[in-house]
Amino acid sequence: MKRSYHTFIEFLVHLHGLAELFGRATYNIFSRPFYIKDTFDQMHSIGVRSLLIILMTSGFTGMVLTLQSGYEMAVYGAKMYVGTLVSVSLVRELGPVLVSLVVAGRVGAGIAAELGSMKVTEQLDAMKALGTNPIRKLASTRLKALAIMLPVLTVIGDMVGILGGLVIATSSLGISSSFYWKTVTRALGFGDLITGMIKPFVFGITIAIVSCYMGFNAQGGTKGVGEATTQSVVVSSILIFVLDFFITKLILSISWM
Amino acid sequence: MIENRDYIIDFQNVYKSFGDKHVLQGLNLSIYRGETLVILGRSGCGKSVMLKILLGLLPADSGQVYVDGDEITELQENALFPIRQKIGMLFQGAALFDSLTVGDNVGYSLKEHTKMKPVQIEEIVKRNLEFVDLKGTEKLMPASLSGGMKKRAALARAMASQPQIMLYDEPTTGLDPITATTINALIRKTQKELGVTSIVVTHELDSGFSVADRVAVINDGAIIEIGTIAEIKSSKNEFVQRFIAGPK
Repeated sequence: MKRSYHTFIEFLVHLHGLAELFGRATYNIFSRPFYIKDTFDQMHSIGVRSLLIILMTSGFTGMVLTLQSGYEMAVYGAKMYVGTLVSVSLVRELGPVLVSLVVAGRVGAGIAAELGSMKVTEQLDAMKALGTNPIRKLASTRLKALAIMLPVLTVIGDMVGILGGLVIATSSLGISSSFYWKTVTRALGFGDLITGMIKPFVFGITIAIVSCYMGFNAQGGTKGVGEATTQSVVVSSILIFVLDFFITKLILSISWM
Repeated sequence: MIENRDYIIDFQNVYKSFGDKHVLQGLNLSIYRGETLVILGRSGCGKSVMLKILLGLLPADSGQVYVDGDEITELQENALFPIRQKIGMLFQGAALFDSLTVGDNVGYSLKEHTKMKPVQIEEIVKRNLEFVDLKGTEKLMPASLSGGMKKRAALARAMASQPQIMLYDEPTTGLDPITATTINALIRKTQKELGVTSIVVTHELDSGFSVADRVAVINDGAIIEIGTIAEIKSSKNEFVQRFIAGPK
């Protein structure tokens, strides 16, 4: 009982810490200095350097999704409409979640490890001692970069996934490319595209705040850095799934109104 | 405001605990402008915590800390940054930014807080690296430096913005005797040539006595003795005597 109480209190402390870091990092985005070069460096590191892994995962996901659903839909005589299923599921759900999970693993872990190492080697203290606010220089720049780059990566991932679906649809399912494109473009509405952009924007903010928080609070040398890195991936991943559910529910309830 | 204007730093009844561990217990300490004060004490007795409170990196539980007339314990993070620019700190592990070159480390605060042109910053970086006998290391990464070189580069970085106060956290710990002597000489040189107030915390007697104008001994979270080297050596305090005598 006592242990559960302590765990609950610890949970609240972390929640408060995450909310506080989110508030401060967001506030610092809108005040000088803006650290534009640092932000572009982060955008390059987060976006451009994640491109290959996003292309691979999204492309193969689109292919396997088309393959699996194509054969199942064939049973009901709906194989021709596999493009509808692939595009809607990729743009609304799979694309944002998959890309965000990949970025949480690649970028979030990197941020937590980098900031955690800076914390345990007193580099964050040195930064403060030299008159720089680490939240502004390190967290706000990463927050901006992730909030911008994750939607961009998601759009690229969605497109590559749909293209992967096209390859399988034409080569294995006997669907013409023009028909596949027709089903894709007819299936996707403006709302789907908005949903597909809102989610990675929110997930990007989540990954940035969680991984910066874990890094800033790393303790106890290299072991602590390792723990912070693992926790940042675990917490970000869980939050991505939880937030995905609530955002979907919210958007659906709005669209039903 | 500080009553005695000669004091640049004043700790008044400062308390700090981490859970059940009471690190500072009513610490009182005043430091004169321009002097080098060495704080001696056992490892883990709260010396580094003192420095971090002075920089506003850790909050004090209670008490007041004055830096150049400003009480800093109640200041918000943003209000602390101008105070920190008056202070340079040499961290125990040097704490150089490992993603930047030595030159970028040394010029960091100038690039961040001044509108100096890159050429001017380069000139100051060069001069400071020469001051610490690290000429020509601008392009090197911190990982390629030895322990002593890292400390000297960190000293050059701390001095770049011409602080009024320099804090040294265990400056010679883990260094060989020759490198330690070089660092001690640099601490003296910094004080004499630049006129800064210096606080050196260490548990190494030789190092401490070689740079000190005054020495303070800390134990159980409070200053138990303060004075010149001769006064400390002739202290009647049992802990001070045991500390000076060392292991027998």
